[in-house]
Amino acid sequence: MSVEQVLFYIFAAIAVVSAILVITRKNVVHSAVCLAATLLSVAGIFLTLHAEFLAGVQVIVYVGGILVLFVFVIMLISVEKTIHERQFGRGWLIGFIAALLLISELVFVVWRGRDSLVLAQPTGPVESPLGFVGNSQLVGEALYTNYLLPFEIASILLLVAIVGAVALAKRKTQAE
Amino acid sequence: MVPIHHFLFLGAALFTIGVIGVLTRKNIMVILMSIELMMNAVNINLIAFSAHLGQTAGQIFAIFVITVAAAEAAVGLGIVIAMFRNKETMNINEIDLMKW
Repeated sequence: MSVEQVLFYIFAAIAVVSAILVITRKNVVHSAVCLAATLLSVAGIFLTLHAEFLAGVQVIVYVGGILVLFVFVIMLISVEKTIHERQFGRGWLIGFIAALLLISELVFVVWRGRDSLVLAQPTGPVESPLGFVGNSQLVGEALYTNYLLPFEIASILLLVAIVGAVALAKRKTQAE
Repeated sequence: MVPIHHFLFLGAALFTIGVIGVLTRKNIMVILMSIELMMNAVNINLIAFSAHLGQTAGQIFAIFVITVAAAEAAVGLGIVIAMFRNKETMNINEIDLMKW
């Protein structure tokens, strides 16, 4: 087994275990910490796939941005009250069975089609230009040439999200 | 070299854990976190195929998925704050104004 493989299985195990912890912990703060572990190990998996730029974006945007936002909101609203409530809804058994059906379906499909995923000529990421030029340069070139219009639309989406979040979270004044 | 269907299995596992979280938990913060988990599962699949095929398109899509996740988190947390101000709860069973 190469280093890449060992790292992948370690990161995958950490990701799955901490993802299970995210949805089973009673305390929301613990869930957020476990989510940080999941996101960081997913960033590690991106590194084993030679997607260095995406790994950096994952750490900066997800862990440094979204997760900190989550923790801020958790700290703003009271945690103590929710710990003593029941954590799972009434229909949890139905949801669990539906999810089990989903994963068995996914695993079955991927397992049946695993041979068709193998390429005719092996063009792994090491031989491809991804490894030589530098991942950031390739992603940047693609993002600002072929995908320029989606990129601008994504910026508009972010602007709309900022305006929407401010409008939703703004406290009403007494003026009305 | 890890075979690609192992990445797909990992993505399926993370996605299913996210689905279980959304369907069974009552705390709205945990539900939002589960949605982030599902988006991460999608990103793993996209980048695994990008590396497998030697193309950058999957990584570009993953960047857009991360953008949408950031926008979704911002709006979702805004909704949570507005909701908590009105009802003082994080339990989704108590937010039933539009339920029949």
